[in-house]
Amino acid sequence: MVMTAEHETAPPPSDWQPRIVAFLCNWCSYTGADLAGISRIQWDPAVSILRVMCSGRMDPTFVAKAFQLGADGVIISGCHPGDCHYQEGNYKTLRRVHLLRRLVAEFGIEPERVKLVWVSASEGDRWAETANEMAEQIRKLGPLRLAS
Amino acid sequence: MKPKLALYWASSCGGCEIAVLEIKDKILDVDAFFDVAFWPVAVDFKVKDVEAMDDGEIDLCLFNGAIRNSENAEMAELLRRKSKILVAFGSCAYEGCIPALSNTTTREATLRWIYEESPSTVNPDGVRPQLATETPVGTLRLPEFWETVRSLDQVVDVDYYVPGCPPQAHQIWGVLEAVMQILEKGLELPPKGTILGAGDRTCCDECPRERKEKKISGFVRIHQTIPDPDLCLLDQGILCMGPATRSGCGALCVAAGMPCRGCYGPPPNTKDQGTKMISALASVIDSDDPDEIDRILDGILDPVGTFYRFSMAKATLGRVQIHDARAASETAEAHA
Repeated sequence: MVMTAEHETAPPPSDWQPRIVAFLCNWCSYTGADLAGISRIQWDPAVSILRVMCSGRMDPTFVAKAFQLGADGVIISGCHPGDCHYQEGNYKTLRRVHLLRRLVAEFGIEPERVKLVWVSASEGDRWAETANEMAEQIRKLGPLRLAS
Repeated sequence: MKPKLALYWASSCGGCEIAVLEIKDKILDVDAFFDVAFWPVAVDFKVKDVEAMDDGEIDLCLFNGAIRNSENAEMAELLRRKSKILVAFGSCAYEGCIPALSNTTTREATLRWIYEESPSTVNPDGVRPQLATETPVGTLRLPEFWETVRSLDQVVDVDYYVPGCPPQAHQIWGVLEAVMQILEKGLELPPKGTILGAGDRTCCDECPRERKEKKISGFVRIHQTIPDPDLCLLDQGILCMGPATRSGCGALCVAAGMPCRGCYGPPPNTKDQGTKMISALASVIDSDDPDEIDRILDGILDPVGTFYRFSMAKATLGRVQIHDARAASETAEAHA
């Protein structure tokens, strides 16, 4: 189902499954997830991938918006420190996520719902592990409901 | 017949009302053009006078203040019905402002602090305001205090917004002058939802201070330092909301040596001021080491209160979730 700002509703399934949005950088992590697919490594279908050119493109607003639209968890993944295609985009992400997790916690939302990892293009197995671990964690935490 | 003007305050401090008078003698031009139909601060009309009007009889209503209780909401609905143009005037009506900071706690914690626990309160019987109280002269009624503070447009349909805490006098006059010309000449109004009386850039674009390549290795609070008068405050480690705040005020605070607090709301094309500020701020922190980053971030004492000081009612993440009563009382203590 397409989810945009104009089309915000998705029917809640009767047997609840988490919805996890993953922002993956084009150069490392997306390619890593692609490798996981090519290598036929299975990973949890609760995770939906959005490709961004760099993890540094990931505005904290995207995470808040994902939660608002019904995501129960968000993964942000970029190149390993020192390997960023744009030199320092992933360092900016690192700092943003550290601050964002503090903010999320102050809103009464478990900071574990925001996960930052580094996955390179050759780490298909690592991506699959990350997705599975996150799905497991969010299942334990349960659905996220923002208070209005 | 002159067009009718109304001004109203809901949950507000009164600063917006004073700001209107800061247009000085131009208030006489406003009075010459408009017939003031309702303005509780300045003119003695009653709510029943407004109720007696036809729907849409008021041409322009400048509504300041957040929606904090049932009376605020009733007045918002009444004035919406009676007004052709309803303007959310000032930060409270626009995005919640200071009253909406109580969305970080609960109604119960707020009332308990106010009526029982604050040191200046003497209330041994724990008396709380009641919605209805029977007395020999009849039933006395009070408005219901809400759990969550709302902006005006979360309660009624709003035509335009004027940001600022308070809106600056030159901007208020600009808006009033434009509306008077439009009404007089029968011109077309701007598109609904337009933000009036503000710029379309950020506070930084108006700031007179010199900006260098930002690198923040530690935050200092404004009372702990004497800032350099010519350099960017953020460069000096002072948390300034300029990068995530709409222009329009003329960078008054920063020019006077105080950091921007963000009262003009998020800049254009931005819905959430807080997450935008995180984006801008975190990227200039001068460290690549997770522990060092955390040490620097420890210098931001109150992220929600700082980044959403004026826009809490519009936060994408909603109001703060309080998971139990104990947490609520701790929050109340922390804010006391």
